[in-house]
Amino acid sequence: MEFGLQLNERPMEAPREAHGHNHWNPYVDTGGTSLAIAGEDFVLVASDTRQSDGYNINTRYDSKAFELSNKTVLALSICSADGKRLYEILEQRAQLYFHKHDKPIGTEALAQLLSNTLYSRRMFPYYVFPILAGVKADGKGVAYSYDALGNMKDVTHIAYGSAAALVQPFLDSQVGFANQRNADPNRQLTRDQAMRIAIDAFTGSTERDIYTGDWLEIFVVDATGVHKEVRELKHD
Amino acid sequence: MSIMQYNGSAVVAMTGKNCVAIAADKRLGQRALTVDMGFDKVFPMTNRLYVGLAGLATDVKTLHDRFRMHVNLYKHREERTIAPKTFAHMVSHMLYERRFGPYFVEPVIAGLDDNQQPFICNMDLIGCPNFPNDFVVCGTADENLFGMCESLWEPDLGPEELFETISQALLNAVDRDAMSGWGAIVHILTPDGVITRELKGRMD
Repeated sequence: MEFGLQLNERPMEAPREAHGHNHWNPYVDTGGTSLAIAGEDFVLVASDTRQSDGYNINTRYDSKAFELSNKTVLALSICSADGKRLYEILEQRAQLYFHKHDKPIGTEALAQLLSNTLYSRRMFPYYVFPILAGVKADGKGVAYSYDALGNMKDVTHIAYGSAAALVQPFLDSQVGFANQRNADPNRQLTRDQAMRIAIDAFTGSTERDIYTGDWLEIFVVDATGVHKEVRELKHD
Repeated sequence: MSIMQYNGSAVVAMTGKNCVAIAADKRLGQRALTVDMGFDKVFPMTNRLYVGLAGLATDVKTLHDRFRMHVNLYKHREERTIAPKTFAHMVSHMLYERRFGPYFVEPVIAGLDDNQQPFICNMDLIGCPNFPNDFVVCGTADENLFGMCESLWEPDLGPEELFETISQALLNAVDRDAMSGWGAIVHILTPDGVITRELKGRMD
């Protein structure tokens, strides 16, 4: 075991810019956090809007969750530029689908399309961890989580981004009722409960994660369409 | 991976109304290999003062022995038990003595002072102290614990509410950390005495 090497490691790594003799790195982490909570007949997606580079804030309002149709929202964490490009590609494919089939593309079809699109870049992936959330053909709420390569899973709750470690255990507890022996496992969250949990998750994360904050965009998707709400988070 | 993550740990302390809670997981590992599921990281120093030690297990044991020795010496010299604040400064001093060859341990201190007011404190491995009035966390699941505590904790919780809060915070935090978990222990310090409970958690 290489103890010497471990002892020389610094306990904490400060963000640095890669320049000089360092090899050029095409990947940039612009921070930010997204979450999704799937209910019985709705799904909620929330993303903060801070875009940063190391200790600098590039902008306080950079959306990373987008409406793909009146049934589906796509949230893209980690690299803002890659996220926007990926959104454009899916948006174009959704339009082509509409004109070809004369009906809007469904959430399940978009979910598989996103996985295929990510995997098509297997050797030079987009640096994004997407969450695709929407209502299915039968009206049920669903959220799909992906890694950068296209591995896909449908989930009831998920958090990605710089504060994922802070938010995910909170969602496990409050949405998944983990470690609550008296909770009814079939209990369903209401819209208001999901909204409160999402807001609590982000106000908590904003306190401790420097890359999360400024504004919070919340999308609630149900059979009637996509409903967007913007709330203020701390700006420090 | 740094030596601070070699054995894996999660320790948290929270204040309540005239009470304070400290909790830790029970895993001892060597990187990804679990060696023991009953490894104590929280130790009583007096009947109103507990210390939790997250980090390298060998240093946890060494420091526990050294703290115990110094607390006993203090009792003999001063003919009174050590106050939480005094103990915290002693720990800070002992860690900073090893500034350039530190113990790889982050301590969490929880106690009730002479006025039955809660006292919590944590430090980095070279003894820089921090005295917040809500909660302190450390170990490999520290980010997860921050997320849980920041959203679950509220001021002036009673002993039983505080127990539920700290237990939920710890269990859900360690379930998302591969390096800690495998059961947990919670101590609630109240003016009437200490309530100690062992928690059953996921063993994976």
